Amino acid sequence: MALALFKKSEIAPLPDIEAASLRSDRFRLEREADWRRLEAIVISLETNRLRRISDEDLLALPVLYRQAASSLAVARETSLDAATLAYLEALVRRAWFQVYGPRTSLFGWLRLFLGGGWSIAVRSIWLEIAIALAVMVAGTAAGWVLVSQEPEWYYALVPGEMAGGREPGADRAALAETLKGTGDSEGLTAFATFLFSNNSAVSILAFALGFAFGIPTLLLLVYNMASLGAMLWVFFKAGLGWEFVAWLSVHGTTEFGAILLAGAAGLHVGRSMAFPGDRSVMSAAADSGRRAAQVMAGVVFMLAIAGLLEGFARQLVEQPGARGAIGSVMLLLWLTYFTFAGRRTGRLGAAS
Amino acid sequence: MNAVTAARNPSEAKRRRELVTPEGLSLPLTLASKGARAGALMLDLALIFLGLVVFSLILAALGIGISQVEGEQVAPGIEVVLVLVILLLFLARYGYFLWFEIGPRGATPGKRALGIRVAARGGGRLTAEAVIARNLMRDVEVFVPLVFLLSGGASGVAGIAAGVWLAIFVLFPFFNRDALRAGDLIAGTWVVEAERRKLPQALSLTPRTPGTYRFGEAELSVYGEHELQVLEGVLRHDNAEAQRKVVEAICRKIGWEPGHGDDRQFLEAFYEALRARLESGMRFGKRKKDKFDR
Repeated sequence: MALALFKKSEIAPLPDIEAASLRSDRFRLEREADWRRLEAIVISLETNRLRRISDEDLLALPVLYRQAASSLAVARETSLDAATLAYLEALVRRAWFQVYGPRTSLFGWLRLFLGGGWSIAVRSIWLEIAIALAVMVAGTAAGWVLVSQEPEWYYALVPGEMAGGREPGADRAALAETLKGTGDSEGLTAFATFLFSNNSAVSILAFALGFAFGIPTLLLLVYNMASLGAMLWVFFKAGLGWEFVAWLSVHGTTEFGAILLAGAAGLHVGRSMAFPGDRSVMSAAADSGRRAAQVMAGVVFMLAIAGLLEGFARQLVEQPGARGAIGSVMLLLWLTYFTFAGRRTGRLGAAS
Repeated sequence: MNAVTAARNPSEAKRRRELVTPEGLSLPLTLASKGARAGALMLDLALIFLGLVVFSLILAALGIGISQVEGEQVAPGIEVVLVLVILLLFLARYGYFLWFEIGPRGATPGKRALGIRVAARGGGRLTAEAVIARNLMRDVEVFVPLVFLLSGGASGVAGIAAGVWLAIFVLFPFFNRDALRAGDLIAGTWVVEAERRKLPQALSLTPRTPGTYRFGEAELSVYGEHELQVLEGVLRHDNAEAQRKVVEAICRKIGWEPGHGDDRQFLEAFYEALRARLESGMRFGKRKKDKFDR
């Protein structure tokens, strides 16, 4: 039984062409061997067993594909054999998907992506990044101003589980306590993974909501940054401003960078659908969607790094100076990468 | 599934699209029906769910329960498991569809089971970015509404507003011609039928003694292409009872006396003669759609 599973299915010998009494059946029998050969190649391609395909077969693939396609065109006009026509249509379609299928594997794509495709996509949405950055700064300022006017706002802006004792009016020692690390690495891996998973889910949501012309994305950005602004005010008020910024910057430069990109990607899709220019809305949406998808793949990657930084580096490094240094180095790394990566390769790997 | 049968089935005719490949060949495509797509999604979700259940059963069999995770101090062994669980949930939500659709089949197991796949709209290459884009949107189209419904759905004005908002995404495929969901629109993709078909035997191969049956112009001119294809189906299914009925129907129509014992022979001969006649008509540009076509 197991043997039968792995055995290559035998191709049945073809009947004598002259035996067919209909002209269209003779047409079919003359070409059937080629169709079956094409089908065998297509099946190996579909099941990703590339080693099974011999060199001759691979070279013959485009020719066989075109032959089958022209057979189909002829058969449509000369044959009334419904089963053969249906088979040919399905075969040509499947062959077409393979001939024009994705050329790269996931890993091949990843290499192109990290080697420049990502930063090219990021650079091409610079306008949305600028808008999202302005919105984020405005959101932070709004949070700050609201809470400084009326501390009650703090509870509306910062969810209870996120606050964790960081409240307006809490004394300095209690606030400083919340910035302490844990000193050992126990339990931190799970924490880092949780942060990564959670933040990625939020970023993907922010992107997906950009579909509605970007407005929900903007709202999400404003709301999230307002809670940051509120917290900033609380810590500055207690004279712990620098410590808080350092504590936040360890992972924050990476994480907020990722959120910025996710928001900008969502905006990019929304903006190109609202203002498609001289393209149709459909093609504008498809173009921007693919570009934004590259940015988003990068966002998930950044959040994985942010999760590690937040889970480990922040908990293990106590010195505000060292924390600030890590955050600044990360920021510098990202800026350098996005500015320079993929310049030489030109548009290689950029969204089509 | 060719042009003739499609014309008789309006819902399928509506889903047919012509695709022009880069070398200028016109390739017929049939968009996947909404039913098939919904079915594929259900299958995939069921598979994911099943996978998660199996995983948690394995954990339970290993004696790892929630209770051990909730403690203040997390043991190192448990922590690895916890990391695995979080990553697995993340991958189930975002990775499953992505991984399968990037592959050469362009289809998740559910899609493959229903004979459909993802393709680039307009005949281009299906790129990894397109697959990523369409699956990022899946989040607001499938998972968020699912969580929303499971968590009790609409309550209050905000709940109803959220429900309406999500309904826009869920019902999106019903409001455009190509049944695109929001993710398809963003990614420039669509979902098409891509089933495998077997090539059956050619029908005019059976040798028979010439002159057993001879059909004249009058007998053959009563039927058209549609009837020919019905007859082809009957011959391919090879059901004696159905063949008997068809023999009787044909004989009534052409005014012959139905013989006994050689139904299949008669049908094959009639099929061949009719097909030869209709195909020679085709070569001269004359087509007869069905028996009503004059």
